[in-house]
Amino acid sequence: MSPIELFGTGFMQRALLAALFTGLAAPAVGTYLVQRRLALMGDGIGHVAVTGVAIGLLTGASPTWTAVVVAILGAVLIEEIRARGRTNGDVALALLFYGGLAGGVMVTGIAGQSAARLQQFLFGSLLTIGIADVLVTMVLAAVVVVLCVGLSPQLFSVSQDQDFSRVAGLNVRLYNILVAVLAAVSVTVAMRTVGLLLVSALMVVPVATSQQVARTFRATLAGAMALGVVACVGGLVISAFASYQATVAPGSTIVLLALALFALAWPVGVVLRRRQRVRAPFSDEPPDEHQPAEHDHRHGDGCGHLAVPHGDHVDYVHDGHRHAPHGAHYDEH
Amino acid sequence: MPVADPVALRDGAVALGGRPVLRGIDLAVRQGEFVALMGANGSGKSTLVRAITGLVPLSRGELTLFGTPAARFADWARVGFVPQRQGATSGVPASVGEVVTAGRLARRRLFRPLTREDRAAVREALEVVGLADREREPVATLSGGQQQRVLIARALAGRPELFLLDEPTAGVDQPNQHALAEALAELKRRGATIVLVAHELGPLAPLLDRSVVMRDGRVVYDGAPLGDHEVHAPWLGEAHTHHHHHDAERRTDHVPHLAPPLPDHGRRSHP
Repeated sequence: MSPIELFGTGFMQRALLAALFTGLAAPAVGTYLVQRRLALMGDGIGHVAVTGVAIGLLTGASPTWTAVVVAILGAVLIEEIRARGRTNGDVALALLFYGGLAGGVMVTGIAGQSAARLQQFLFGSLLTIGIADVLVTMVLAAVVVVLCVGLSPQLFSVSQDQDFSRVAGLNVRLYNILVAVLAAVSVTVAMRTVGLLLVSALMVVPVATSQQVARTFRATLAGAMALGVVACVGGLVISAFASYQATVAPGSTIVLLALALFALAWPVGVVLRRRQRVRAPFSDEPPDEHQPAEHDHRHGDGCGHLAVPHGDHVDYVHDGHRHAPHGAHYDEH
Repeated sequence: MPVADPVALRDGAVALGGRPVLRGIDLAVRQGEFVALMGANGSGKSTLVRAITGLVPLSRGELTLFGTPAARFADWARVGFVPQRQGATSGVPASVGEVVTAGRLARRRLFRPLTREDRAAVREALEVVGLADREREPVATLSGGQQQRVLIARALAGRPELFLLDEPTAGVDQPNQHALAEALAELKRRGATIVLVAHELGPLAPLLDRSVVMRDGRVVYDGAPLGDHEVHAPWLGEAHTHHHHHDAERRTDHVPHLAPPLPDHGRRSHP
């Protein structure tokens, strides 16, 4: 089959649509999880959803829907434990991680299903996705994106500063649960694309990549969603071409492509952050007054040293410290 | 009808995890007043502000905000809160403007874009704290003191009438403390009511109308402004104190660490 024929097939087009919507939705929720420093929450929910899939396999119900229900229950439970326990939220997360995974494996066995069937959900099976599943994926992903973008002022504030948001009259508890539910929904959306065990990568890695270069929250959110689409669609296309040579699963290709994008953005971020640090204002202690620096040239435009405005004068960055003009010489700052 | 006090708390008490933290607190803040809540660490001054905002529940007592019982109070746009925080950053980059824009939330409806008024209020708030030129910069690149001013601008952006600030000067360098004092002076000129928790006043001292000093969960002084050195003086609140400005002054003879476990009902006249 030629590549043109391959991309003309129904299963490939369904896979492309599912990849596109997953790539938009997962990083949108992921941005708020990273902002709350709960980057691994998606992973926890993914493990819990394994039990949901197994219940679907056992009862003959659609594994997608049982996974949605169980993932939402698990996410709300994680959120409640986090909100009440305060100190050991990560332990609660761990308990659910392993409980969910072990429960899923056991229930799958009871259902008489093979490990291979469960594996479709653990590592994704983008190319076997049916029309009904594509529609469900698209609708759920659209709901996630609309809420994440439409409620971004509220979700940003609640994720940034709960006390302030509560005094501003926001129902913080409700928004926290909303984020948990949205995370659970996008986990099940991404289940078919990259699988439950790799789902968190799609929620976190594009955000981590985006924040290497972004300076604002809006840019981080938009960048993460764009990178999510590039990783998902790009990963699928790459795996399609690679499959002429070897067996290449789309799920792992998508995650590795997302990580490769991070690897490209990271050095850029290091340089940007370094430049920011050099320009950053001095912190609390006032500088020691008058430390003449050994110096043999005049700083000025084009002297090769970074100029940093500092109050009423301009400092020049020189070998990791700053020179401030003082009469005919420079003081160490 | 006289204007209702922005904050009125009668016989307030707070228990955290069963342990009494505040007891027998009577505090009325009048419109336009600048009140400092002072006291040592653990004296309950932050808890008192958090009880006023509703972040910590009262175990007894009556609290009204602008004349409305706190349980029914919904007009949170009238209250601007500056929580005690290490900084204005979170796990994801955000610009100064974005953090300050969150201060408009009490006045914004769901799924609506920013209005011209929202933008004007954000810009004005940044001008008051002297950070108008930093609106587009990431908050993480600002110093700790500047981040504290961003949090004040956020409270300011909602154009509230009552400001509650929890330790805004903690860990803030001298130049930033002065910038902060200028911003608060501007608010005071505009007629805002300000309640500020402070360990030390520094350049804020000349702005005060009134000091409230707390010790071991009680108000031990409520009267004319005190200097930093007076707040921690051991004689404060005792009979021979020389501040005769208010009759509200409480004279609780208080030996440190031997506080009675329950509020002293004996002193209160029940109607």
